Amino acid sequence: MILKVSSLEAHYDGVQALRGVDLEVGAGEMVALIGPNGAGKSTLLNCLSGLVAHRGEIVFDGRPLARMAPHRISRLGLLQVPEGRQMLSGMSVYENLVLGRLALSGRNETYDLSDIFRLFPVLEERRNQQAGTLSGGQQQMLAIGRALMGSPRMLLLDEPSLGLAPVIVKGLFHALRSLNESGMTILLVEQNARLALAVSQRAYILERGRVAHHGRSREIASNSEVIEHYLAV
Amino acid sequence: MMLQQILNGIASGAVYALFALGFSLIFGVQRILNLAHGGVFMAGAFVSFYAVDTGVPFPLAILLAMVVAGLVSVLIDLIAIQPLRRRSHDIEYAAIVSTLGIDMMLISVAQQVSNTQVLRFPFGTFPIQFFTIFGLRISLLQLVIFAAVIVLTGGLGWYLNKTSFGRQIRAVAENPSTASLLGVSPSAVYLQTFFIAGALAGLTGVLIGLSFNSIHFLMGEPYMLKAFVVVVIGGLGSLTGAVAASLLLGVLQALAVAYLPTGVPDMLIFAILFLVLLVQPNGLFGAAGMAARVGRK
Ligand SMILES: Nc1ncnc2c1ncn2[C@@H]1O[C@H](COP(=O)(O)OP(=O)(O)OP(=O)(O)O)[C@@H](O)[C@H]1O
Ligand SMILES: [Mg+2]
Repeated sequence: MILKVSSLEAHYDGVQALRGVDLEVGAGEMVALIGPNGAGKSTLLNCLSGLVAHRGEIVFDGRPLARMAPHRISRLGLLQVPEGRQMLSGMSVYENLVLGRLALSGRNETYDLSDIFRLFPVLEERRNQQAGTLSGGQQQMLAIGRALMGSPRMLLLDEPSLGLAPVIVKGLFHALRSLNESGMTILLVEQNARLALAVSQRAYILERGRVAHHGRSREIASNSEVIEHYLAV
Repeated sequence: MMLQQILNGIASGAVYALFALGFSLIFGVQRILNLAHGGVFMAGAFVSFYAVDTGVPFPLAILLAMVVAGLVSVLIDLIAIQPLRRRSHDIEYAAIVSTLGIDMMLISVAQQVSNTQVLRFPFGTFPIQFFTIFGLRISLLQLVIFAAVIVLTGGLGWYLNKTSFGRQIRAVAENPSTASLLGVSPSAVYLQTFFIAGALAGLTGVLIGLSFNSIHFLMGEPYMLKAFVVVVIGGLGSLTGAVAASLLLGVLQALAVAYLPTGVPDMLIFAILFLVLLVQPNGLFGAAGMAARVGRK
C-alpha cells in the first residue's frame, strides 16, 4: 500500500468533518472517493496534504505524515490538484508549470515539460497566456499538468470535472485513464459518481464524515441499492 | 531654478521609493502593514553610524547596515508575525499591533544606545562634491542615490519576475495554500521578503542619515507616514506604483517647500492623498502595472 489512512478525524471550529476514516490505496491503483456535498471529501484530501489539522494516522510510502508541513508532503511526491483548480492567475501557463517543478526536490523525474505538452497539447499553444484567462477546461489541464511537473508518486484530484462541459470532461477522463495506465497512482474525488466508478478500480463512498461503503468500482456501479441509497444522481 | 528643485525632489523621492518598496512588498506578499518598517530603517542608520565610528570603512558600513537591518526585519517576522499566523489566517489587525510594539521597542533601544542624542557621521565620511550638468547642480551623494535606486528597483523587478525565488514569492503572494501544494514553503518566502524589505530600509536609513547628516532614534517615524502616502497613492502592493508615487511625492514636496510658506507643504500632500483616494480608491496604479504587482486581487 502506498497510502494508508486509519481512524482519521478532522474538525472545523467544533464541527466534525471526518469521523474516523480508514482508507487504503495501492501503488498503481486509481481509487475513487465519492459522496454527497459536504461529506468530507475535500477535507480528507486536505488532511493528506497537511492543510487541515487532524487526528489519526496517515502513512505515505511507509512514512507517517503527522504534522508535516504541506510543502514537505508535496515534495515527497504526494501532490494534490485542489478543488476549483486554484490557478496562480497572474502568472503565465509556462510559469505555473515551472513552479510545479519545485515539488520534485531531488526525486527521480518521471514527467517533463514535453510529456505534459504531449498529454495536453493546448497548454503548449497557450504557454505565454496568463493562467487566469484560460477557459475552465484549460485551467483544469494546467492544474493537472502543473502537478505532473513535480513527478508525483501519487495524485490527489479534487473534482476535476467541476464546471466543465461533458465533451471536455470526456477528454479529461481519457487523459486520467491513460495516466493511470502508465502507472500513476490516483485518488480521485468526484461528484460525478458514474464517471468516477467507470475509470477507477476501487471506490469509497463517504457520507457525513464516514466511509459508508467501499469495494470494487464495477460492483458498486452495478449495485443499484448502493447507488440509489448513497448516490441518488 | 525650478528644474533644480525638480531634480532635488526626484532625489528625495528616489529615497522614499527604496523605503516604500519594502513596505509595499511585505504588504503584497503577507497582507500586513509592517509598522516596524520605520524602526528597521532607523536601525540601519544606527548600525552604519556605529560601524563608521569604530573605524569600519564606509562602503562596508553600508553593507553591514543592510545586512543587520535585513536580519532585524527577519526577526520581526519570526517574533511578531509567524506566531500570529500559526493561530489564525486573519492576522491583519493583530499584526498592526504587534509590529507597532516592535517599533516602540526598537525606538527605545535606540534611545538608550544613543542617549537621546542626534548622531552625526564624522566629517569626510562621504566626499561632498558637486557636478554641474546642463546648468544643474548635482551632488555626488545624489548621483549615488540615483544609481542605487535604479540598480535596486531594477534588480528587485528582475528577481521577482525572472528567478525561481521570485516566482515563489509571487505564488505565495497570490495564494499561500496553493503555493504550498506545489512545494513552495510560505514561511521561507515570508522570511525572504522581510529580509529584502529590511535591507532596503536599512540602506535608506544610511542614505537619509547621510543626506541630512543627522541620525536619531525617531528618524523612522516621518518616513513611515510618507510610506503610507506613497503606498496608498501608488496602489497597495503595486511596486511600480510605489516607485512612481515616491518620485511624485518627492518632486511635489521640493516644489512646495521652495515656493510655499512653511507648514503648507505637508497640508498640500495630505490634501492630494485625500483627493486621489476620492477619485481612485485603489490608488493611481491600482489596476495597471499587473506585471510588477505582487499580491492577491
Ligand atoms: N474551512 C471550513 N470551515 C468550517 N467548516 C468547513 C470548512 N471546510 C469545510 N467545512 C465543513 O466540513 C464539511 C465537509 O466539507 P468538505 O468540503 O470536505 O466536503 P466535500 O465532500 O468536499 O463537499 P463538496 O462535494 O461540496 O466539495 C462540510 O460540512 C463543510 O461545511
Ligand atoms: Mg469538496
